[in-house]
Amino acid sequence: MSELHILFTGLLVLLLIATIVAHMMNKRRPSPSVDNLIARINAWWIMVLALAFAFALGRTAMVLLFAFASFNALREFVTIAATRREDHLAVAAAFFVILPLQYYMIWMDWYGMFSIFIPVYAFLLMPIVAVLKGETQDFLVRIASLQWALMIAVYCVSYVPVFLSLDIPGFEGKNLLLIAFLILIVQLSDVLQYVWGKAIGRHKIAPRLSPSKTVEGFLGGVISATLIGAAMFWITPFSPWQAGLMALGISLMGFFGGLVMSAIKRDRGVKDWGDTIAGHGGFLDRLDSLVFAAPLFFHLTRFFWMTNL
Amino acid sequence: MKRLLAHIIAGAIVIFARVITAVRADWKGVAPAPTRRVYFANHTSNADFILLWAAIPPQFRRHTRPVAAADYWLKTKFRSFIGQDVVRGVLIDRNPETRSEDPVAQMAEATDAGASLIIFPEGQRNMTGETLLPFKTGLFHLATARPALELVPVWIENLNRVMPKGEIIPVPFLCTVTFGAPLAYSPDKARFLQAAYDAVLALKPDMRDG
Repeated sequence: MSELHILFTGLLVLLLIATIVAHMMNKRRPSPSVDNLIARINAWWIMVLALAFAFALGRTAMVLLFAFASFNALREFVTIAATRREDHLAVAAAFFVILPLQYYMIWMDWYGMFSIFIPVYAFLLMPIVAVLKGETQDFLVRIASLQWALMIAVYCVSYVPVFLSLDIPGFEGKNLLLIAFLILIVQLSDVLQYVWGKAIGRHKIAPRLSPSKTVEGFLGGVISATLIGAAMFWITPFSPWQAGLMALGISLMGFFGGLVMSAIKRDRGVKDWGDTIAGHGGFLDRLDSLVFAAPLFFHLTRFFWMTNL
Repeated sequence: MKRLLAHIIAGAIVIFARVITAVRADWKGVAPAPTRRVYFANHTSNADFILLWAAIPPQFRRHTRPVAAADYWLKTKFRSFIGQDVVRGVLIDRNPETRSEDPVAQMAEATDAGASLIIFPEGQRNMTGETLLPFKTGLFHLATARPALELVPVWIENLNRVMPKGEIIPVPFLCTVTFGAPLAYSPDKARFLQAAYDAVLALKPDMRDG
């Protein structure tokens, strides 16, 4: 059995246990929070199965899956962005030109282009398209929020399938495991911060941004995710302590990603990014930590483990 | 054959609307039911009734007919196929000089035949930048003529951003259709229309405007 099979079997067993426990809790003492828990677990099933399918089908499916996630995330972001009707063409370009091109270039493995396409070319194209309409009111705010939308929802999300293009000596054909490691640590760190916070959380860490986040939850979550990361070294090209450090970096970036995205939500006066995923909110509510962790993890791995840069 | 085609196109339009807007129905004040209703909503886009339609569960959707302007929907063969066969609109003549039928009577007849209605009491698409235009009196006259109808206020959020006037490419934005509690009838026309207006406005999500 390959590492990937072991990993997914483990995940399915975990989910199965969670499902049984949640339904037992529901039978004994039904409550809205148990309903929410069940909705969350059901959504986890769908996410794990979607990932498993994409993993099984290979590169194209992986690229399409994250292009789909980007589409949803971008829609959530522009929905709360400060665009006006004059920006219609620029928004259309973001959805129907930039997003497909970015994933197409990832699919064809053109590193030199997809790594700068959005930060450079889309960055310059957006204001050019919008400025032609001649509307100057709030111009900077409108364009900046559109550029942010593309960076967060397309550029950063698209880092996940890019791992398939890495060329790590001695790790050929196993790059899917890096994606699995990244997603596993990010999501575990989120869940564990929540669990530790519920269990022993006392001191709020960012009361104005995220009233439910506590110092105890943060420390407990990050430390346990780091330890789990170290223990999972066997699915990565890293040694145990390297895997632990990577997991630490992933967890920290994930934590800050959550804070930044919740600051944006508060600024725009919304609670969730959407409601497409029952129990979780929108796609961005689930992707917020991943979005910040993926680029760092990718570049660290690429810098230290790829021999022919 | 024509009916089958109309059915398929109706389904396709709803699916397309869902793909672009991921429309969410928020049944805040009332649950979907087979009751004969008049849904009255804000109007910013030609696609408003499609979105409202898509937000209603399919088993009730078939009996829910939009009230729309005959001058627009009968202009071309294609529009009239969509307006009459696909969405089964109750087409009314907005011009009092030329019309041969009373719009209120037309609406009342449709509800007598078992239909629920979708109407836009502003009377035209709102492209003024105002949140909501003053209501025309049709809603009041319909409610007076058929007191048994349930009057459900509706707010359609964001659809004007999907396809602003003059644009041809629809752009994805999340849209919400919020259904409020049924409006109580009042014989005082001004008071009734004000209450109807306030009921629609009260459903607007209070996210900050861009």
